[in-house]
Amino acid sequence: MTDRTGTMLYLDGVSVAFDGFKALNKLSIIVYPAEMLAIIGPNGAGKTTMMDIITGKTRPDDGEVFFDGRTDLTRLDEAAIANLGIGRKFQKPTVFESQTVWDNLEMALRKPRGIFATLFYTASDTDTARITEILDTVRLLGRKDHLAADLSHGQKQWLEIGMLLAQDPKLLLVDEPVAGMTDSETVETAKLLKEIAKTRSVVVVEHDMSFVRDLGSRVTCLAEGSVLAEGSLDQVSANPVVIERYLGR
Amino acid sequence: MLTQALFRALDKKAIWLVAILIAVAVLVPASNLLLPNGHPLRLPNYAVPLFGKYLTFAMLALALDLVWGYCGILSLGHGAFFAIGGYAMGMYLMRQIGNRGVYANPILPDFMVFLNWKELPWYWYGFDNFWFAMLMVMLVPALLAFVFGFLAFRSRVTGVYLSIITQAMTYALLLAFFRNDMGFGGNNGLTDFKEILGAPISADTTRAALFAASAIALALAILVCSMVVNSKLGKVMIAVRDAESRTRFLGYRVEYVKLFAFVVSAVIAGIAGALYVPQVGIINPGEFEPSNSIEVVIWTAVGGRGTIIGPIIGAILVNVGKSYFTGAFPEFWLFALGALFVVTTLFLPKGIVGLIGQYRSLTTRREQHDRSAPAAPSPAEVESSADPQPKPAE
Repeated sequence: MTDRTGTMLYLDGVSVAFDGFKALNKLSIIVYPAEMLAIIGPNGAGKTTMMDIITGKTRPDDGEVFFDGRTDLTRLDEAAIANLGIGRKFQKPTVFESQTVWDNLEMALRKPRGIFATLFYTASDTDTARITEILDTVRLLGRKDHLAADLSHGQKQWLEIGMLLAQDPKLLLVDEPVAGMTDSETVETAKLLKEIAKTRSVVVVEHDMSFVRDLGSRVTCLAEGSVLAEGSLDQVSANPVVIERYLGR
Repeated sequence: MLTQALFRALDKKAIWLVAILIAVAVLVPASNLLLPNGHPLRLPNYAVPLFGKYLTFAMLALALDLVWGYCGILSLGHGAFFAIGGYAMGMYLMRQIGNRGVYANPILPDFMVFLNWKELPWYWYGFDNFWFAMLMVMLVPALLAFVFGFLAFRSRVTGVYLSIITQAMTYALLLAFFRNDMGFGGNNGLTDFKEILGAPISADTTRAALFAASAIALALAILVCSMVVNSKLGKVMIAVRDAESRTRFLGYRVEYVKLFAFVVSAVIAGIAGALYVPQVGIINPGEFEPSNSIEVVIWTAVGGRGTIIGPIIGAILVNVGKSYFTGAFPEFWLFALGALFVVTTLFLPKGIVGLIGQYRSLTTRREQHDRSAPAAPSPAEVESSADPQPKPAE
């Protein structure tokens, strides 16, 4: 396949089966630096499994997964992959509910992750300023001392995006970021992700077609664990196979 | 760096607790030693080691709370670290007996002479030195916790499975220490101690000093624990407890976070055990009994896990209750203990400390309500705020 140098994320021929069910079947995807890729596809197409493989939660049975053109992700665990600069937002917003919004961001903030570095960590002025800036971006400044559990569903989504920003990753994997958001929040999220994609690579999995249209990025449609169609949203949604298998007749 | 961390640990509650413990460390021995016999405020002689024992139990419960309440590791074998600390202290005390034993052997403890052993096993070397023994009190539990934790956490053994293997660990140690060949006195354990640091072990002054040492050790353990839980690492520990895999995706090595908490906790438990042994005068394999470790879980749950003060209150209250009930209605105690755990799990998921917190928020809410509207709060409202947040019992 294509040369993997110069890519941010490189998946080639990745397959994985769970109890004989092929969740991914020779999936090949490439994401370049500072590029956004939207992934659409029906339920069970393997979108979340793909993210699990990239972040080290699941090991592929076959195929190559490379980050930044050289690091083999199939040999690393979750923490090592996160520290390389891959951040993930989960489908179901997963924040630390019993802790404050501020503490959630402080833990996510890119800092040495060692035990003793964490034990003796004291927030510097730059750290405080950075967290405040992120809080402002995700509109949670007024709720910084509230428990994450008290946030609305949409706000939790934003907090998790804020945690992604705090991690300062090179590649962001964002799973259904606008589920449970109002229309105006959805528009804002699209703006924010487009802003982020100017400097980083972003992979967005989403069902909301108008949101994907707002993103205006390259689109890949997955079905049954492999790529069905690629191109702009118009090209993909005009593809007869995509219409048949995903968009509906 | 360290001073900053220490400063952070000294929040209001920790300062209060430490101050109270220092006051207790002074007042209890003073009341026993200085006041004349028959004075109404004089603590009887038997009470000093008894209260000292409660303090070591409180320390053990605090140690368990660090891993269970803050890091989500339900250890059902924490008594093992306590017992190992106790054995290390017991070995020192045995070596202090010298030729005053029944067989008057200057080197070998009585049980070894009885077993016809000719020389001291290598692992008894050095225990005639107090400081070496104190080092072992911390080092051996730490080492066991490190090896056990490393293997368990790296293999991602969690939840019930982890609880079961901690239980198996303490049970295996129980069986091992029962064997005479182990060289730890078998069934009878280590006892008949004469003196500690040259002071007769059952003298009132020694017991008062041991009590004070227990109170101060507990105060230090509180400082260490609050330093850990108030740090960013403490926040990460709570994150591991609440959403372990999410913490991994943030780039934290969850297994090391757990290992750190487990080792610190084992050291605290070991020190508690070392202070327990000279106050009760014996250490035997019974301390490894799985039921002992489960009792520690009950103290912690009753007091309120995930708080610093909760396990201390729980350990002291339950043990005062145990002392009373086992004296007054001996057959009744185990039923009371069982009922206590059932009631706590069902109605007080956050323990006594949680109950106080709920009562407080209830009264402040009522005050606010009274201020805004003079009418009494509707029953529905009171009920909803009094309703404890149901959490799945672990």
